Amino acid sequence: MSLAPERTTTSRILPRWLTGGNWSLRIGLFCFALIVLAAIFAPFVTAFDPLQLDLRNALKPPSLTHLLGTDHLGRDVFSRVVYAARVDLQIGAIGVALPLVIGTLIGLVSGYYGGWVDAVIGRVVDVIIAFPFLVLVIAIVAMLGPGLVNLYIALTMVSWVLYTRIVRAEALALKKREYVLAARNLGYGHLRIMLRHILPNAVAPAFVFAMSDFALDVQVGATLSFFGLGAPPPTPEWGLMIAETRSMMLSAPWVVVGPGLAIVVVSLVVSLIGDGLADLVRGIDD
Amino acid sequence: MTEREGLSIENLTIAFAQGRKEAISNLDLHVRPGEAVGLVGESGSGKSLTARAALGLLPRHARVGGRITLAGQSVLDLSPAQLRHIRGSGIAMIFQDPMSSLNPVTRVGAAIAQVIRSHERVARSTALKRAVALMDRVGIRDAATRAASYPHEFSGGMRQRIMIAMALAAHPRMLLADEPTTALDVIVQDGILKLLDQLRRDERMGLLLVSHDLAVVGSLCDRIAVMYAGQIVEEGPAAEVLMRPRMPYTVGLLASARRPKTLARLASIPGTPPPLGERPASCRFAARCPLAAPQCRAGAIPLVEVGNGHHARCVRTGDIGLLDRETFTLKAREAVHG
Amino acid sequence: MVEPILRVEGVSKSYARKSVLPRGAVPPRPALSPASFDLMPGEILGIVGESGSGKTTLARCIALLERPDTGRVLFRGEDLAALGERDLRTRRRAIQTVFQDPYASLNPRLKVGEALAEVMLVHRLASRGEVGRRVAALLDQVGLSPQAANEYPAAFSGGQRQRICIARALAAQPDILIADEPVSSLDVSVQAQVVNLLLDLRDQLSLSVIFIGHDLHLIDFIAPRIIVMLAGEIVETISADGSIADAQHAYTRALMEAVPSLDKLAARTASSSESPAQ
Repeated sequence: MSLAPERTTTSRILPRWLTGGNWSLRIGLFCFALIVLAAIFAPFVTAFDPLQLDLRNALKPPSLTHLLGTDHLGRDVFSRVVYAARVDLQIGAIGVALPLVIGTLIGLVSGYYGGWVDAVIGRVVDVIIAFPFLVLVIAIVAMLGPGLVNLYIALTMVSWVLYTRIVRAEALALKKREYVLAARNLGYGHLRIMLRHILPNAVAPAFVFAMSDFALDVQVGATLSFFGLGAPPPTPEWGLMIAETRSMMLSAPWVVVGPGLAIVVVSLVVSLIGDGLADLVRGIDD
Repeated sequence: MTEREGLSIENLTIAFAQGRKEAISNLDLHVRPGEAVGLVGESGSGKSLTARAALGLLPRHARVGGRITLAGQSVLDLSPAQLRHIRGSGIAMIFQDPMSSLNPVTRVGAAIAQVIRSHERVARSTALKRAVALMDRVGIRDAATRAASYPHEFSGGMRQRIMIAMALAAHPRMLLADEPTTALDVIVQDGILKLLDQLRRDERMGLLLVSHDLAVVGSLCDRIAVMYAGQIVEEGPAAEVLMRPRMPYTVGLLASARRPKTLARLASIPGTPPPLGERPASCRFAARCPLAAPQCRAGAIPLVEVGNGHHARCVRTGDIGLLDRETFTLKAREAVHG
Repeated sequence: MVEPILRVEGVSKSYARKSVLPRGAVPPRPALSPASFDLMPGEILGIVGESGSGKTTLARCIALLERPDTGRVLFRGEDLAALGERDLRTRRRAIQTVFQDPYASLNPRLKVGEALAEVMLVHRLASRGEVGRRVAALLDQVGLSPQAANEYPAAFSGGQRQRICIARALAAQPDILIADEPVSSLDVSVQAQVVNLLLDLRDQLSLSVIFIGHDLHLIDFIAPRIIVMLAGEIVETISADGSIADAQHAYTRALMEAVPSLDKLAARTASSSESPAQ
């Protein structure tokens, strides 16, 4: 007697998120791809050098030549907004990737081993979470000195705890699952059980959270640059752009509208992806 | 007509919009007042869906055809408000997992009283008194004290008794029980089954018992309907179906539930049921049936009367004697191919 | 005389109760009172009991998925319970478990073929070159098509998943198979298929099997020797030449009465109606 699988899964040429009804993920990814492409191919998308001063054309309102107008030094705001995406997306990506990897691994160990390991990690997590996020990031950068590298260090030191909490809770639940018991029963090593049997089933919520964290990191990066603790001038960076021109905000609003909108749009797009991912994760688990 | 008083399901067809796959096809089922009917089938056969349809509890994307009437009232045409009223006083349901059906932060006495008060205008204290009486009725000892306990303080069997008390609170004319004992230990199961039997006799309440276990159903039902792949394939008085099954699938189910020590292996039905999208228009069991012949695959097979109130959906009913009732294999192989 | 392949001596286990009081202030809850029995090579031993009887705790102590508080688990004369984690890991292969819930027993992100291959590669029971062929052979052995290797567990029904779990256990080439309620969550008709498969495999591979369940009639069909457990204790042992009909303990008799049985029903119906069956 030979039984074929009961439900022959339709051959997955296209992943389910493309064929299903997950529009928020689709739109989010599409827009995100557009933004990334624009940042990579910035010289082709823009007509002006973002650093080129042109004092004769300072504070010109939006026109066909200068889509978002010019700032107080005559630099093209649109060009600067597009070039700034390179810096800001990098802040988001690195600011998420490092804590995601580190926090996930620590959470995995904490949940899997339990006992005193879990207790020690848990207390450290509690202490870091007890501080307001932004205050702690600013304090660390202030201590280490301004600059993007120090910003990444600060973001990592502060936000790994969130991933640790999420993954620890998942690992704790999965540890009692019968397939993990079976893996122990089969004599697999701890590393294999953690990385192959628990990790792939525990990371989905961490990835969903990473998306909202991405938006937060972009905002934090902009905030720190605004305070002069992030990207150094004259680097085009959204927060820095707003900081430099904030005194002209009332007379020439376009100088802040451009970078401000950019921050909002990126945050929105990434939240869309996060929502879509959350739906996808729920779908798989059903 | 007596059927006007009980639960009557006529020509019920339930399909899911995606791919228009029929989960239930042209199903007829009647439960008269005071009668216990067992609905038996494997998981995926559509038995639970049928019970849910009777309560108007179907997923929104389900497409429903046919008629379901309870005491002459058409369930499928009711408004949500009317449905709420009929759930409880007309028809009540208990499920496999009593823990997820009970609110964990409500004391059980209060939970039962709530059901009473949602169907009748009585004082809180009166409702609570009746709740205690109901708990006593379903065999919970020391009911007056236990009424103040929370669901997690009860064992699985006791929780199921509380669910039954809640179901009885509004004096339903019909009780649907969907695998009520599957999650329970055998001794506890025995107690619950005896309780259900006694209650439906005392209350003259109709009972539709849904289960995958013919032995469970057989121990307390007057009639049994066997479902396979969304259809009723055999239906009749319990003793008839159990002792003189006329459809090979029923023979196979009965055989696989037996534990004869004389055999080296249990009888089993080879293969698996056809998935939702691949059910043939002809006999849906033919692919697994030892008696299958060309005429079984020729066209739709009707449910025909094969005895007094006994129906089977099989064209080889007359040859059922060729099947060995213990091993579910053919007695004479030549006879089938001849 | 043949030596037992497994000797369980006074194995017990209790769990700490959750409490706000300091540790030790609340006595731990005993899940398993000291239990002892032997398992002979090629034997099928049945363990029957209800939830809370300690049968699953016993199974996990034998497989050393839980460390017993007391007692010895002697496999071929060696006490597994006394081994350190590292030594134990190399011995675990010999005692495999098939769990109750087939939906929780398979890693949803591993294809069936990957899950089976992993066992053989980790224990070097097959080389990378031959592992594909071995996976196909294992699937065939449990009645699944070789194409099943390329599917994720989600594509399978409960009964089919249980076959995959059995195949995974067999991949480790165990000497003892513990089947902990392997059919309790399956439909009656599928139960028979899985039980028959286990019986076939026992014959082909001369496995020793511990079959745990709550259905006394089913256990009686499968296992010549039966241990009855109640509230963490072994209350009765029915020997291979005994019969459950002669059971002494009131609980065993209650279990026997409570299981709804078609054979009992048939007898009752036949006696109450004038026309005998067929």
